[in-house]
Amino acid sequence: MRRVAITGAGTINALGHDVPSTLTALREGRCGIGPLDIRDVDRLAIRIGAQVRGWEPESCFNRQDIALYDRFTQFTMVAARQAVEQSGLDFRGKLGLDCGVVFGTAGGGVNTWDENYRTVYEEGKNRVHPFVVPKLMNNAAASHVSMEYALRGPSFTVATACASSNHAMGLAFQMVRSGAARAMITGGAEAMLCFGGIKAWEGLRVMSKDACRPFSANRNGMVQGEGAGVFVFEDWEHAKARGADILAEVAGFSMTSDAADIVMPNQSGAERAITGALHDARLNPEDVAYVNAHGTGTAANDKTECAAVAHAFGHHADRLMISSTKSMHGHCIGGTGAVELLACILALREGVVAPTIGYQEPDPECALDVVPNVAREARVKAALSNAFAFGGLNAVLALRAA
Amino acid sequence: MTMKVRDKVIAIIAEQAVLDVAEVKPEMTLEDLGIDSLGLVESIFAIEEAFDISVPFNANEPEKSGFDMSSVEAIIRAVEDLVAQAA
Repeated sequence: MRRVAITGAGTINALGHDVPSTLTALREGRCGIGPLDIRDVDRLAIRIGAQVRGWEPESCFNRQDIALYDRFTQFTMVAARQAVEQSGLDFRGKLGLDCGVVFGTAGGGVNTWDENYRTVYEEGKNRVHPFVVPKLMNNAAASHVSMEYALRGPSFTVATACASSNHAMGLAFQMVRSGAARAMITGGAEAMLCFGGIKAWEGLRVMSKDACRPFSANRNGMVQGEGAGVFVFEDWEHAKARGADILAEVAGFSMTSDAADIVMPNQSGAERAITGALHDARLNPEDVAYVNAHGTGTAANDKTECAAVAHAFGHHADRLMISSTKSMHGHCIGGTGAVELLACILALREGVVAPTIGYQEPDPECALDVVPNVAREARVKAALSNAFAFGGLNAVLALRAA
Repeated sequence: MTMKVRDKVIAIIAEQAVLDVAEVKPEMTLEDLGIDSLGLVESIFAIEEAFDISVPFNANEPEKSGFDMSSVEAIIRAVEDLVAQAA
């Protein structure tokens, strides 16, 4: 079994258009949630979200690229460029034959669906742009990244709702660990802050109209975000041999299924994924100082997740820090685990645990140290990142400081 | 009109609970009827569509919704109020 190093990271999300600005925002406990600036917002009941602001695709891509890139692909390309540049890897030679891409997204090109449904249904037109299909397909982002960097090994996309990018990164980790790939570009993206994307979520009645307050007794739902997180997972020895700067080690991964309910979370399924990730990483509970929570801010998730964490960690749960950064960057759905992995890297590399902002009232059902409102300095040698999807699909990653 | 609201609400609840209309009693709770959170959200949607009203309900804080769902009778009365307001 090989060890797996993270040698590159990139992102764009409501907190920033790159990793340094995002880490600064996480440190400062800044909130990226605000009034939505989208078409037909007046017909929505939910009018807030963590939108990427000041995004000008024209400054990053040429006209032909933009014709082919849905917003989720644009976000992915920007984040991938940062990650690959940081890694210093060049895949154009033989290396690219042993490297691939695995991304997570729940909805893929939702904006493309939305815009073209408007064209045919609302405007009554009978013709759409020829690139609708290659733009909206869920694997568009993975394919464009493989083409951009000459990654010719295994590439694919996974869709497991809100756990998509954790599943993607877990598979990338397993592929590098097993030797099936030398390096993998991985992570995920989501861009569903459009009329149809939000209207669909409204229907479930789990969204907050004012703020995302994970673990707080007065929490009243989730707030959607958008963005991408992309990482380079690389064979440890390969990274060492070329003197790469290793951001963190991916040490373990576990996935479980609740086999219970299509929307309600399940303590046992979540707990088995947490315990499984610890075992896979050969970590004892007391080795872990920080857990980046799934922490959606819904009544059901937060209490179930706290019970699962408390049970999985036993006595050590009282000394553990667990925060939900969704309070800042929103719930980036299929891309959320990738954006949240940055909070784990911040903790492992810089000794700063990002807070759960918007925390107002303790909830006896969430009686863990949720790092309320203000970031904390701490020595973190190992961290977990939780993702628990609708449909009962759970994916937990374990990371170690490099 | 009032009777009609009652019949329609009971029909919606009965369908959700997979029961005959006659089996749905006013004093029954959602739990008695075996309607879970997903069934509840679906029932509210059906009620909104049937009466062209908007039911204030957030699954995270059902108690703050101002829409009494403690029993079938309570739901009927709450819907009657909303229908009257909309009229």
